[in-house]
Amino acid sequence: MSEKTDITLTINGNDHAIKVEPRRTLVDAIREDCGQTGTHIGCEHGICGACTVIVDGEPVRSCLMFAVQAAGKKIRTVEGLATDDTLHPMQQAFMDHHGLQCGFCTPGFLMLAVGVLEREPNISDDDLLDVLSSNLCRCTGYQGIIKAVRAAAIEMRGK
Amino acid sequence: MTEKFVGRSVPRLEDRPLLTGQGKFAADVCFRGQWTMRVVRSPIAHGTIKSIDASAALALPGVHAVWTADDVAHIPPIPFRLTGLKALEPYRQPVLASNTVRYVGEPVAVVFADDQYVAEDAADLVELDIEPLPALTDATDEAGIYEAGLTTEPSVVRKGYGDIDVAFRNAHAVVSLELSVGRHTGVPMETRGAIARYDAARDVLEMHGAAKVPHWNRDTMAKMLGRKRDSVQLYEGHVGGGFGIRGEIYPEDVLVCAAALKFKKPIKWIEDRREHLIAANHSRQQRHKIRAAIDADGLILGIDNEFFHDNGAYMRTHAATVPDLAAAMLPGPYKVPAYRAVGHIRLTNKTPCGTYRAPGRYESTFVRERLLDAIAAKVGVDTVEIRRRNLIGKTAMPYTLGLETLGTHIVYDSGDYARLLDKALAAADWPKLQTDLRARRAKGEKVGCGVAMFVEKSGLGPFDTVRVEVKATGGVEVITGVASIGQGVETVIAQICADALGVDYKTINVIHGQTDRIDKGMGAFASRVTVMCGEATRLAATKLRDKALNHAAQLMQTSADRLDIIDGDVVRIGGGPSMPLSEVARALPEGLNAEDTFESAHMVYPYGVHVAAVRVDPETGGVAIERYVMAYDIGKAVNPKLVEGQIAGGLAQGIGGALLEEFLYDDSGEPLSVTFADYLMPTAHEVPPSTILITEDAPSPLNPLGLKGAGEGGTNPVGAVIASAIDDAIGIPGAVTVLPVTPQRLKALLK
Repeated sequence: MSEKTDITLTINGNDHAIKVEPRRTLVDAIREDCGQTGTHIGCEHGICGACTVIVDGEPVRSCLMFAVQAAGKKIRTVEGLATDDTLHPMQQAFMDHHGLQCGFCTPGFLMLAVGVLEREPNISDDDLLDVLSSNLCRCTGYQGIIKAVRAAAIEMRGK
Repeated sequence: MTEKFVGRSVPRLEDRPLLTGQGKFAADVCFRGQWTMRVVRSPIAHGTIKSIDASAALALPGVHAVWTADDVAHIPPIPFRLTGLKALEPYRQPVLASNTVRYVGEPVAVVFADDQYVAEDAADLVELDIEPLPALTDATDEAGIYEAGLTTEPSVVRKGYGDIDVAFRNAHAVVSLELSVGRHTGVPMETRGAIARYDAARDVLEMHGAAKVPHWNRDTMAKMLGRKRDSVQLYEGHVGGGFGIRGEIYPEDVLVCAAALKFKKPIKWIEDRREHLIAANHSRQQRHKIRAAIDADGLILGIDNEFFHDNGAYMRTHAATVPDLAAAMLPGPYKVPAYRAVGHIRLTNKTPCGTYRAPGRYESTFVRERLLDAIAAKVGVDTVEIRRRNLIGKTAMPYTLGLETLGTHIVYDSGDYARLLDKALAAADWPKLQTDLRARRAKGEKVGCGVAMFVEKSGLGPFDTVRVEVKATGGVEVITGVASIGQGVETVIAQICADALGVDYKTINVIHGQTDRIDKGMGAFASRVTVMCGEATRLAATKLRDKALNHAAQLMQTSADRLDIIDGDVVRIGGGPSMPLSEVARALPEGLNAEDTFESAHMVYPYGVHVAAVRVDPETGGVAIERYVMAYDIGKAVNPKLVEGQIAGGLAQGIGGALLEEFLYDDSGEPLSVTFADYLMPTAHEVPPSTILITEDAPSPLNPLGLKGAGEGGTNPVGAVIASAIDDAIGIPGAVTVLPVTPQRLKALLK
């Protein structure tokens, strides 16, 4: 169980050569072994979505994936969204629409929304609500998040 | 003070780091060489510890130590922070259980290991031999034995005024109800966490991961561990939601600190979600038996309420706070000439309890508003009309209720309740809403609406101190003794400072939650920060402004009354050369700073009205909220957008308690709600868009800006109004007597 394996995780375009036990979750590897603490752990059983990252273009609960399963795949986390000082349209929209308070669930919501909109830029409002109901927020009451994602969707389509 | 920033929805200063993954939450704090702590928790609700065998755990590579109660025998139980009654003291929680376990989840041992994975493996290997005892799970059962000489009813909260017996003797009619609120709690998205390290060079014990009340916790931790106050420092990073439950001193905080001192290693503990749901404070569970004496018009002559408060297995830091508030705030916005409340504080073999957003008021508003609906039904008038008849009038302000709570006399400082009711009903288009719903009901739909009113409290003193400093290098620092739990403290305090001083709010850095930066602080609870710290900030910044102008006048060879501070520059009124504030600061050997304190012996009382329309699905027992209006008068909104955020977020939590969230236990005290799959919190689907009306009709006379706190009005009456709307939808007045109204309960009502 504690035998470690050498793997390389590619996070936001940077390679991280790490040694992990097979049982180590992707989120623990991202946070502890690769030092990218923007991805948060909220429940460790795949329900709250705070740990959502994008793996090969798909939003993924990184608490439900083992690090070894992500080796060789392209992982994107919240740290990779902004370009230098320019926020990603999704980040900007969250700021503009008060889509965050404590900010703990925010990285998960950002990655979920970005992942879905990149695959499905013309997603309907109803489907978007379905998608956003897969993550939990305890501060905002969600309306700011929904407004932000809808605004960002328009912005992202325009690019 | 020119209001350039106060009153405007300026963007939050907090957002950028949080949006870019640069936040520093408890789990993000790491120190070289740290050990992980894992708590071994009781799997038995009530039992006697026969033995604990840690040998297999200690044999695991990477495990350094295992502690049981004997290792922490020198540490006293955790003391009370608020409403601490002497009679409750024997019921305080020890940091590790010694002979008796009293709830599933109680810490009985801790493992220290190299990392989390090893620590969890080792914790599983600690063998507990616990002999079960009968578990008490219902606080309304006859009080039992807690231990020799102590019952499970340590105290009874008694409050009242007027002659209640006369009120009932003279009553035209009496309305009686039995009502229950389910056990639920704040459940912030960030679980708890604490990281302690001991710096031998400075002889300072540090604890990171603090929240809410760092100064009180520092003082208490120092006392508990027998250290000098200044040799313990607490540090708050980002906090992933508070809601009352996060940031109190819990056993785990004390354990990491004690271990850091003992092992001279940084000790890190991060809670997992299952632990959180069985170990962090629960709240809300109460059963009320309430009676109202009324006259022929439905005017209240007296209210007599007896209730049972289930506090779980121990009295934690809040002691009697929740039942005390429930009893004290029950009368709400209505004239109640005679009142008696008897609140039984009960211990059960369930997770111990504390406060949760609108503590005591979510419960008592549900009870009072159900009562008002019942009175309306009894007298045969509309639910709105019955409220109008009983409201306290504007001219009665300030209104002395005749009750005390949290060490203060309750005096409603200002309010025009009837006016807010009108505004809320207008915003909800009430007559049309009722007509539309009636028409739909006639076609067979189960739709209905309700109204609930409430008075909140906020701005608890007794003081807050703030130091404002213009940095010689530019920028302004505001050092406070409050805390941020994600609500936007930095932005709001910066807005107030900016206007008082004459700088851009973006140039202000607000320090909070750092015990080594300011000697005293009260922290963030009871919707107190904007009121208390806001006014202290205004006082300190005003003092600093005068100081800056006087010094600048000398430097600029003019008089202070010919100068102004605009956008961080001292300028001559009418034009001419100016001087940046930082230059004034550089010219002063002692720097440019000022400190002031705001003291207040009374709380301030915002008030609100919620209107809800719901649709009940008789097949599934599901409730969909179709329309939701919240009107809240907070005297003065410093940042309306953030206030809206507080209200909208509060609503979501209120909906959770009204329809979904409940900690259930089986008869043996086994918790049944231990994951997010069985403790259901509202998602984007369950929380509807809402209309939020922030009004400023009744500024508080107790502070110059007129501020009242906005944190809890979104949550307070949600259970009450949803219950009322469901009654209306299913056409059974008074049907809802138990929260949450889960599909099972609703289906039972429809049978």
